[in-house]
Order: sequence, then C-alpha cells, then structure tokens
Amino acid sequence: MDLSIFVGPLVGGLLVGVASALMLLGLGRIAGISGIFAGALWPAGGSDDDRRIDLSFLAGLLAGGLVLLWAMPSAFPTEWPRSLPMMAAAGFLVGFGTRLGCGCTSGHGVCGVSRLAPRSIVATVTFVATGMITVTLVRVLGGAA
Amino acid sequence: MKFAVAFVSGLVFALGLGIGGMLLPQKVLGFLDVLGAWDPALVGVMGGGIAVMAVAWRVFARLPRPLCESRVCVPDRNRPVDARLVLGAVIFGVGWGLGGYCPGPSIVSLVTLAPPVLVHAASMAVGVVAYHLVWRVAEAAKAASSDAAVADG
Repeated sequence: MDLSIFVGPLVGGLLVGVASALMLLGLGRIAGISGIFAGALWPAGGSDDDRRIDLSFLAGLLAGGLVLLWAMPSAFPTEWPRSLPMMAAAGFLVGFGTRLGCGCTSGHGVCGVSRLAPRSIVATVTFVATGMITVTLVRVLGGAA
Repeated sequence: MKFAVAFVSGLVFALGLGIGGMLLPQKVLGFLDVLGAWDPALVGVMGGGIAVMAVAWRVFARLPRPLCESRVCVPDRNRPVDARLVLGAVIFGVGWGLGGYCPGPSIVSLVTLAPPVLVHAASMAVGVVAYHLVWRVAEAAKAASSDAAVADG
C-alpha cells in the first residue's frame, strides 16, 4: 500500500489534536463539536460565559473554513454523492443522534477515546459500525437516490 | 482571553479537518465503505488526533487548573454505558453514512454556501432542537406519571 495517502490525514489529525488540547489545557473543556453546536443553539443550563465560549469556538470553525476556501479550495468538494433529501435526512439524524448519544467524532472519537473512556469507546465503535453498514446498504440498494 | 482561546481552537480544528480530508464527503464515505473500494486514509485523522490528546490528558492531570479558566468542565471518565448512549451513536452513525458529514465538517463547510451543506447543517440544527423538545416532553411525562403514582398510592 502507498503510505503517502496517510500523510495529509495524519497532519490534519495532529492539528485536530492540537486544537482539542488547547481547549482542554486552556479552558478545561472537551472540544466536542456536537455539544458546542447544541450549546450555542439551545443553551441548557450553561452560563452566559459557556455560551460565549461555544460561539467563539464556532466562529473559529467558520474562520478556519474561510482560510481554507482562500488557501486550499481543494479541501471542499465540487460535487456531492448524495441527493438533497438524503442530506436533509442525514443532517437530522446527526443532530438528533449526537445529542442522544452525548457526542460525535470529536468529543467521543478523539477526546474520549484518547482517555480510554468506556462510553466513548462504545459510542465510537458503534457509530463507525452503523456508518459502515449504512454506506454498504446505500451502495447495494442502488445508490444515491 | 478565554474567548480568544476558543476561537483559535476552532480555527485550528477547521484547518485540521480541511487538511485531513474530512470535508470531502466522498472520501468519508469511501472510508466507511469497508466492503467496497475501501479508502483507509482517514484513519490518520482520528489517529493523529488521539495521539496528541493522549499526551494532553496526561499533562492535564498534572495541572492544578486549566490555564485560562478557574473551573474544569470535563465529563466523568467512568460514567456508565447506557442504552441512550448506544442508541444515539447508532442514529448518528446512520446519519454519517447517509451524508458523509459529521458535525464539525458540516459547520466548517457552511462557508462554501453550497446547497447540500446548507441543507445538512440546517437539518442538523433541527435535529438538535427536536431532541431537546422530545427530551422536555419525556421529562414532563415522567414527572406526570410519578405524580399519578403518588396520587394512586
């Protein structure tokens, strides 16, 4: 196998790790994006400061997106493998599921797994598995509908 | 200062997702397509993130408190696994496999204003709000049924 395919992802992953470490060591928080997104959208019991930190992080995500758009436009796709109705269903399930399960690829997959938290390991194995099953079913059942 | 730290963290996070290839749904779906033309490259993103964070957790354990904050807001590592967690992860995984976006990439990609991303991120917000509404109804029902139990008793 050509190992060079792992270089970009690994560099990206190290940056994701540095960003998450900054949140943890600087602010004593988990860089869990689904939780931060939900906290900004629907503050449930957090203080004003909590909400401002969530909003600052989200603003940073968008600023990073703008930097990529300018410096590395190839980071974004020009076409999508799925139809708009499928994207709508997908987004809803991601939003609902990450709240019910208390986290996503960042909070469970990176922050939780790296401290060997049993909940995060179970969640990560589960969502990767159902993601794989879903992709396989969509492919077998005929596509991008 | 706190807000600047959160902003910079979000910015670096977005750059990592972009450089790592996580903003390309086709690539994410290829990573999840283990029985098809599997593209394992994105293992590197999670691996790189976990490697840095494994060190960060060790450093964190030695800090008296976070550098820019007086209190710690980190969940208990040993909370038990419950059905809710597993069901949530099942649903999230289906959504991830359907669209190829997890929450971070969906939000970062909003800057492109591309319709598939706008639809995905808006639906994600609807999903979050729906969860909170369902949860509120469930809590109210639970309170009502325990009231009823008291009344029956």
